[in-house]
Amino acid sequence: MSEDAAKGVTRAEYCVVACAEAWRDAGEVLVAPMGLVPTAGARLAKLTFSPDLLLTDGEAMLMGDVPALGAASKVSEGWLPYRRHLALVTGGRRHVMMGASQLDRHGNQNISCIGDWKRPGRQLLGVRGAPVNTLNNPTSYWIPRHSPRVLVARVDMVCGVGYDRVAAAGPSATRFHHVRRVVTDLAVLDFETPDRTMRVRSLHPGVTPAELREATGFPLAVPDDVPHTREPTPRELRLIREVVDPAGLREREVPR
Amino acid sequence: MTGGKLMTADEAVGRLESGMTVGIGGWGSRRKPMALVRALLRSDLTDLTVVSYGGPDVGLLAAAGRIAKLVTAFVTLDSVPLEPHFRAARQRGRLELTELDEAMLMWGLTAAAHRLPFLPVRAGLGSDVMTVNPHLRTVTSPYADGEELVAVPALTLDAALVHLNRADARGNAQYLGPDPYFDDLFCEAAREAYVSCERVVDSAEFASAGGPQTLLIARTCVTGVVEAPGGAHFTSCAPDYDRDEAFQAAYAKAAADPAAWREFASRFLSGDEDDYRAAVAAFAGEGA
Repeated sequence: MSEDAAKGVTRAEYCVVACAEAWRDAGEVLVAPMGLVPTAGARLAKLTFSPDLLLTDGEAMLMGDVPALGAASKVSEGWLPYRRHLALVTGGRRHVMMGASQLDRHGNQNISCIGDWKRPGRQLLGVRGAPVNTLNNPTSYWIPRHSPRVLVARVDMVCGVGYDRVAAAGPSATRFHHVRRVVTDLAVLDFETPDRTMRVRSLHPGVTPAELREATGFPLAVPDDVPHTREPTPRELRLIREVVDPAGLREREVPR
Repeated sequence: MTGGKLMTADEAVGRLESGMTVGIGGWGSRRKPMALVRALLRSDLTDLTVVSYGGPDVGLLAAAGRIAKLVTAFVTLDSVPLEPHFRAARQRGRLELTELDEAMLMWGLTAAAHRLPFLPVRAGLGSDVMTVNPHLRTVTSPYADGEELVAVPALTLDAALVHLNRADARGNAQYLGPDPYFDDLFCEAAREAYVSCERVVDSAEFASAGGPQTLLIARTCVTGVVEAPGGAHFTSCAPDYDRDEAFQAAYAKAAADPAAWREFASRFLSGDEDDYRAAVAAFAGEGA
């Protein structure tokens, strides 16, 4: 797409495409996205380059169609109540994209509480399924507000397990562990470095290296030649705007 | 009457004792045995250890100071992500917590149901679940792989409280929504289980409501059956009713402020279940 044509692409739309890319070549696995932008990304991936993905309706059914965000599914292709979902997690045929209240440079994630666990300054959800997810199936993260309060030097409570902690826990812990991608409103990151610490894969168009460094609570190398997140294709843009999210819910999660 | 286990919610709760470990079925703000929880609030039971995939059941009991220890993986209202009473109790240091992963909770209940001391799981390794629960141990596989896994201890319950769509007087119970959650497991892990239901039916009616796989709970593990129409309110009880989102929003708003909560509790939680239903009906009328 030319630069002029790309001007109309919003940050939220780059984020949708970046989330979809996390599930490229994932094969016939369950996509478990948490958040509006990852959900849009999962549906976009299924409609384009990853047609074999399985989608849930967020409750107990696997959707045989690809409805718009907020719309009801009309076709169920399978049953996935929580007990079977947990079995699917441990069987590994799943790639989850969770949120994170805190995430550190080794990929440790916290959704439980902020401050001292014994008496937290701010109680959040609890560990939920983050420990079982990270030990058993590929895990990615979605962070709609990239800031030093979220991207921290050390998380207060390790819910999702990162590379340093999993290595220390031994071969049973590392066996199926893979933190694949971190998508934020500023950039796409991963852990494909020799010491498995966070690396920038791409900056979203309009984001500068300095901006990313300042928004990150630990030293982050941002090379001058770091690529930009790829442009959506015209077909992808049409699918996002007309099929997957015609109500524009993505723009609420990542404001223009 | 042979196998007749019908009782009221107050009678069911009257059989419990302070200090017990009580499992509560459902999930988050979904098919929670809220009428039984409200009966518990009317009783003087306290010092409970509660095992739950937590929702407003945990919130209400925590707000009333009935929980000594909570065993859970999360507490949420689903459409409202964070439970205000749970947050307040934790932030005031008023709640002893055993925080486990969702799967660890399931395997702990499964171990109890199978009368095993533990079950091995991968989940938990490397996470702070192991740090904040120093009682957790690992177990090494005796086979060639030699894997070291978490030994989740059995979560044996003194009592389980669950809510289903239909039950007969003997304690066979049927769910008709999309997800059984873990209600059978809670009952099997408990020494005594109390099942509330939307409607008590003759066993002959089960077949017309759903297929054989909807018969989730067997009477062998059920002590008491409570007919409680609307007994999951304000959580969802599909297909009988959805979550009462307007009421839940009012609950969450009131729960975030002590003065507003006193008013809410006085309006909705100071009488019996009939009073509750009347107050809820009046509340719904205000919104119409």
